[in-house]
Amino acid sequence: MTRAVFVDDVDEAVADVADGSTVLIGGFGPAGMPYELIDALIRQGASDLTVVNNNAGNADTGLAHLLAKGRVRKVICSFPRQKDSWVFDGLYRDGKLELELVPQGNLAERMRAAGAGIGAFFCPTSVGTPLAKGKETREIEGRTYVLEYPIHGDVALIKAHRSDRMGNLVYRKTARNFGPVMATAAATVVVQVGEVVEIGELDPEAVVTPSIYVDRVVRVGDSVRGTT
Amino acid sequence: MTLSKEEMAQLVARDIEPGSFVNLGIGQPTMVADHLTSGAGVVLHTENGMLNMGPAAKPGEEDLDLTNAGKEPVTELPGAAYFHHADSFAMMRGGHLDVCVLGAFQVSAAGDLANWHTGAEDAIPAVGGAMDLATGARSVFVMMGLFAKDGSPKLVPECTYPLTGIGCVDRVYTEHAVFEITAEGVVVRETFGTTYDELTERLDVPLRAKSSGW
Repeated sequence: MTRAVFVDDVDEAVADVADGSTVLIGGFGPAGMPYELIDALIRQGASDLTVVNNNAGNADTGLAHLLAKGRVRKVICSFPRQKDSWVFDGLYRDGKLELELVPQGNLAERMRAAGAGIGAFFCPTSVGTPLAKGKETREIEGRTYVLEYPIHGDVALIKAHRSDRMGNLVYRKTARNFGPVMATAAATVVVQVGEVVEIGELDPEAVVTPSIYVDRVVRVGDSVRGTT
Repeated sequence: MTLSKEEMAQLVARDIEPGSFVNLGIGQPTMVADHLTSGAGVVLHTENGMLNMGPAAKPGEEDLDLTNAGKEPVTELPGAAYFHHADSFAMMRGGHLDVCVLGAFQVSAAGDLANWHTGAEDAIPAVGGAMDLATGARSVFVMMGLFAKDGSPKLVPECTYPLTGIGCVDRVYTEHAVFEITAEGVVVRETFGTTYDELTERLDVPLRAKSSGW
């Protein structure tokens, strides 16, 4: 018996995402973006979502498509502005999207903290900048730090390269990015993979996300928008 | 003669100690990679989770799972390592990275850096990893034009743009001169196509000549 449930299609994988959820979505630009799960979330219809991703969507697909459908109330990200972020740009300028801009290291560490049971942490990034405005600071051994709180997800949608039948995951190259951290930080972790292998076929020394973090796995085969 | 962007990149590359772990920011700093010799053993870090990043991928050989901080397809060198985002930023924030090279809108005489936001009301703010790099890397090198398009200096007494980090810049490479930001003030290390006296006239920042001995 394993925790991870293997489902047959992406629609089943995201069927229970509730309105108002905080959804952690993996990827750094297109690399590691779980396009098929996002498409399923769009079909599923959940709205009033808070989305956490490094960016705020590229071109008209994936996260940008979810934003264009009006399902997202707030984006928490480090770098919304891209040469092809026209969907976000338009909604933001029209006041239809709330933005919480977070330095990239804080974004990763706040999710790591959530996954590790850390209540808050002091960090030197953003000291003296507008992004530290209104936040508690403390001097520790002569250096100033800003207090940062964890980001917990209700759901994480991530993309991995391969899963075994336990739900142990390995990733591929820089498509790993936020996946392993998000997998620790959400109540329900849904993973799309390119390949499922039998137990024993993954080198235990090379497992990146151990199965304890994984709730659902769906195989999507070769993604048309990137290698898997 | 003032330096070309290529020559600036060459100069920065020459100043990076062999064996350093280095992060090159998006834009002009990326050009530094072309001037690092393989014998120097400099290891490039990319914030999206890789050490020993190689050059840009050749057309037709791009892998969408292998990109740099600017989301451009790159390659891996032998000895490369992949890691997740929290580890990648722990490398910066924990002081493990020797050097980062960043672009800038402004640098102050005290080494404050402004490079993420012009403060314009209609601008969409985006910070990425700039604050983490500026705060965490052991040495922060800035590459920038010394003057803005309107002719105003970008090396300033106090930054007027929103800050990225305070007191974090160690050295500024421009087409006219290389400046060291030290506890004793801004030191002009070398000049190109201009003189120390001309620079003191054109900048509002008190300068010291490297040769003046401090």
